[in-house]
Amino acid sequence: MNWREMPKEHQISMKRLLAFIRKEFYHVFRDQRTLLILFGLPVVQIILFGFALSSEVKNIGIAIQDNSHDLHTEKMIRKIQSSSYFHVENPILNYNDIENRFKDGTIKCAVIFPSNFGSDVQRLGGAKIQVIADASDPNTATIVTNYLNAIIRDYQQELNPSAKLNYQIIPELRQLYNEEQNGSLNFIPGVIALIFMIVSTALTSVAVVREKELGTMEILLVSPFSPIMVLIAKAIPYLVLSIINFILIILLSVYLLDVEIKGSFLLLFAESILFIITCLSLGLLISNVTDSQQTAMLISMMGMMLPTLLLTGFMFPLENMPWIFQAISHLIPSHYYYIIVKAVMLKGLGFSYIWKETLILAGMTVVLLTISLKKFKIRLS
Amino acid sequence: MENKAIICKDLTKQFGDFKAVDKISFEVNEGEIFGFLGANGAGKTTAMRILCGLSFPTSGEAHVAGFDVYKQQEKIKKNIGYMSQKFSLYDNLTILENIEFFAGVYGVSRYEIKERSKDLILTLGLEKEAKKVVGGLPLGWKQKLAFSVAVFHRPKIVFLDEPTGGVDPITRRQFWEMIYQAAADGITVFVTTHYMDEAEYCDRISIMVDGRVAAIDSPSALKKRFNAVSMDEVFYELARNAKRTSD
Amino acid sequence: MKVLGFILQKEFRQIFRDKTILAMMFFVPIFQLIILPLAANFEVKSVNIVYVDHDHSSYSQKLINKIGSSGYFHIVGAPSSYLEGLEFIEREDADLILEIPSGFERNLVREGSQKVNIAADAINGTKSNIGNAYLNVVLADFSNDLDIRYKLSPQSASVSPSLITLNSTNWYNPRAEYKYYMVPGILVLLLTLIGGFITALNIVKEKEIGTIEQINVTPIQKWQFILGKLIPFWIVGMIVFTVGLIVMYLIYGIFPQGSFLVLYLFAGVYLTALLGLGLLISTFADTQLQAMFIAYFFMMIFMLMSGFFTSTDSMPNWARIFSEFTPVTHFIKVVRLIVLKGSGLQEVGTELLYLFIFAIVLNSLAIYNYRKTN
Repeated sequence: MNWREMPKEHQISMKRLLAFIRKEFYHVFRDQRTLLILFGLPVVQIILFGFALSSEVKNIGIAIQDNSHDLHTEKMIRKIQSSSYFHVENPILNYNDIENRFKDGTIKCAVIFPSNFGSDVQRLGGAKIQVIADASDPNTATIVTNYLNAIIRDYQQELNPSAKLNYQIIPELRQLYNEEQNGSLNFIPGVIALIFMIVSTALTSVAVVREKELGTMEILLVSPFSPIMVLIAKAIPYLVLSIINFILIILLSVYLLDVEIKGSFLLLFAESILFIITCLSLGLLISNVTDSQQTAMLISMMGMMLPTLLLTGFMFPLENMPWIFQAISHLIPSHYYYIIVKAVMLKGLGFSYIWKETLILAGMTVVLLTISLKKFKIRLS
Repeated sequence: MENKAIICKDLTKQFGDFKAVDKISFEVNEGEIFGFLGANGAGKTTAMRILCGLSFPTSGEAHVAGFDVYKQQEKIKKNIGYMSQKFSLYDNLTILENIEFFAGVYGVSRYEIKERSKDLILTLGLEKEAKKVVGGLPLGWKQKLAFSVAVFHRPKIVFLDEPTGGVDPITRRQFWEMIYQAAADGITVFVTTHYMDEAEYCDRISIMVDGRVAAIDSPSALKKRFNAVSMDEVFYELARNAKRTSD
Repeated sequence: MKVLGFILQKEFRQIFRDKTILAMMFFVPIFQLIILPLAANFEVKSVNIVYVDHDHSSYSQKLINKIGSSGYFHIVGAPSSYLEGLEFIEREDADLILEIPSGFERNLVREGSQKVNIAADAINGTKSNIGNAYLNVVLADFSNDLDIRYKLSPQSASVSPSLITLNSTNWYNPRAEYKYYMVPGILVLLLTLIGGFITALNIVKEKEIGTIEQINVTPIQKWQFILGKLIPFWIVGMIVFTVGLIVMYLIYGIFPQGSFLVLYLFAGVYLTALLGLGLLISTFADTQLQAMFIAYFFMMIFMLMSGFFTSTDSMPNWARIFSEFTPVTHFIKVVRLIVLKGSGLQEVGTELLYLFIFAIVLNSLAIYNYRKTN
């Protein structure tokens, strides 16, 4: 319908609606402190996950007790020292010392060479090294033992170059999707999903409820526009904010972290818009169930974000969780978005691989919107 | 300085280029009911906040209860009471608990609090509600309670910021009865309002327009000066060319 | 002091009538201590692997059997080509592909060595690292087995190479379960929430409803107001800590190896530091929404950098220095040390000093920033 073809009263209402949308934008973009945090959050997360945090195990504090002081032990110790996996601390003095060193947290691993190590190797053909690992973090202990084994294997090779193992399988490893070895790339979809949740769900719900608290909601509803238009108008600034954030995160990932967008950016963008709308619908639903801004905020942050954080699968592997958590994770929209972004952005796959997840997201959106609108209409009458 | 509760000379509060309060000067006598009138945005609340020690003036002088607003704010606060537009009582505390807290904080002894709260509850007619939380009370009762709490510690001056918003005329009238009683007890009452009819209740009033004091006198004198029958007319005369219409 | 008494009376009354805070004191610790360790488990239990066997020899079969029976892996398919195997990875049905080239057995016997191809889904770095490590172990074992059999056979005439072996023991977490690592950290999370979030929100709420103005106009002094907020929430925090310790013992059977006194001492100082942070945040926010975001922002950075999820050892230097400047890092380190290893005051004394300094600095900043008059 053309602008001019509309009846006069509709034109006025349209103007009012536009003015209203403008006011909403103004309100959102004027709150500089919140805006700073909203943009700062993903930036900081990307920097942290991309550069600072890593589940790699390296720089482990290790202390050595050398009871033999022979050529072999010296060589091995030097090997350990030059490995970037370990950070060699002061040598251990005696057995009691070990416990203290663990207790003050300076070492996570202790290596003890028995006396006569060298001569045992030479004459008896073998010797044992004692390793004590701090298994508070179980993964660390496993990997530390692995590293030490590798160092020992290396050294053995040096000792007996001719008598190598008769059967040697040499693994050649290809790291798929992550040639730059960026630690984990898991977090990128997670960071995106998180910020969408905050902006599109939490803030939208609070914005709508604020209108209710102030009593201005009635004024809006008197206009000949359908309630849908009113809700949409409220949601638009947050849609825009989410999109800006999304682009920011992608730019950072590409230029700062050297992550390629392996698949179609258009597809990624379209799916992200879908997910934003899902989040907005969630926000609208929440705004329908409460009249207090504080409650809306609490439900959004605690009720939505916490499950997103825990159960999407980007921070903690889902397969480790009890089945009930895994079941619940299937109810969470960000779970599907996570799969979609991983597939499109990180693996370069096409729509044929994610049509199922897309359908589910779209379905969720429709359901959420329908329920919100129904509830909204009930409240009006 | 001896008998003046409040003295202001060229008091100014500036935010950037905007002069919320522009060189106002006036005096309030002890025991007076002084109405501080003006439209929304005229600068009333800003001025009052300075006098209460909540805000520093940009320039000018002011003394409240004999103390300087620049350097002796804590002394001022010991001697005044305050009731804000939001009727700041704690919604999840009971009437008695609210009285106890505010009175205690002003140094009233626990014994005195106990004794006088009983009387206060009776006077207000709130015996049945004494142990209920304030949040459930109707607006009119909250107002009266907030006022009572503000004067419980018998301050020299009590500042009331738009205390009668949102209630019916009868409740407003009852509220003013309480103000009269306080004045009779020797408390100076400094009240801001945009209800012009309430001006009639005051001993003297000042009318602020665009950050300045446009007129200051007793209601009858003002009406005579402007040939007006009501304070509404006086105000209209003064404010019709005002530039600022909202806070 | 009398005034402080009235203030504390009012605060405690309000706290015990505030359902949110009561919920926080009891439900949230229990909830977090139960749910989080169940979810936050970084263990790599079983890796999904597919193999592409181009050799179909007895050796390749033996290798495959070894992989299947190792307990580390879950064989989900046996595609006939690498590309088919890739599809498993694309569909996230597999994490690793092992490609055994044709001629595997023959080359091993004749040349003594043979390459195999491994492709790992490296999007999840931990999983691929550990999966690869496990696979290497199995391959090495396999090689060893063949070698031993060869040496035991009469044809062997070579001198056995010297064997250096590791005898390794695990201390402090004998069953190597992740929850021993996570649960003490969650205690820290609880205190961080109370100190940072709840305090900030509480004060900003008073700003929003106007009661702060009412307080500013009274003769209540800055220090009285601040103490009036710090003390009640400090007590709430210590209660939550205690509830957390009890839940930790009842549900996980974790009993602190070290001294309770030292533990509580640290908790007390840490809480004070975090309360100072909450107070500081409240001076920067005008609405509860803002306060929530600012608090969330800082909490998130602190928790991520603290060593709660990922170890501080693996951080680059600049990040490690940064994490030293957050109180959370120190407290997490200490809690794990005391609870799991029984460290005493001697060993962690310097950490206490750091926390003290944090407490003093944060609270001073907050006091400086809080103004009764604008």
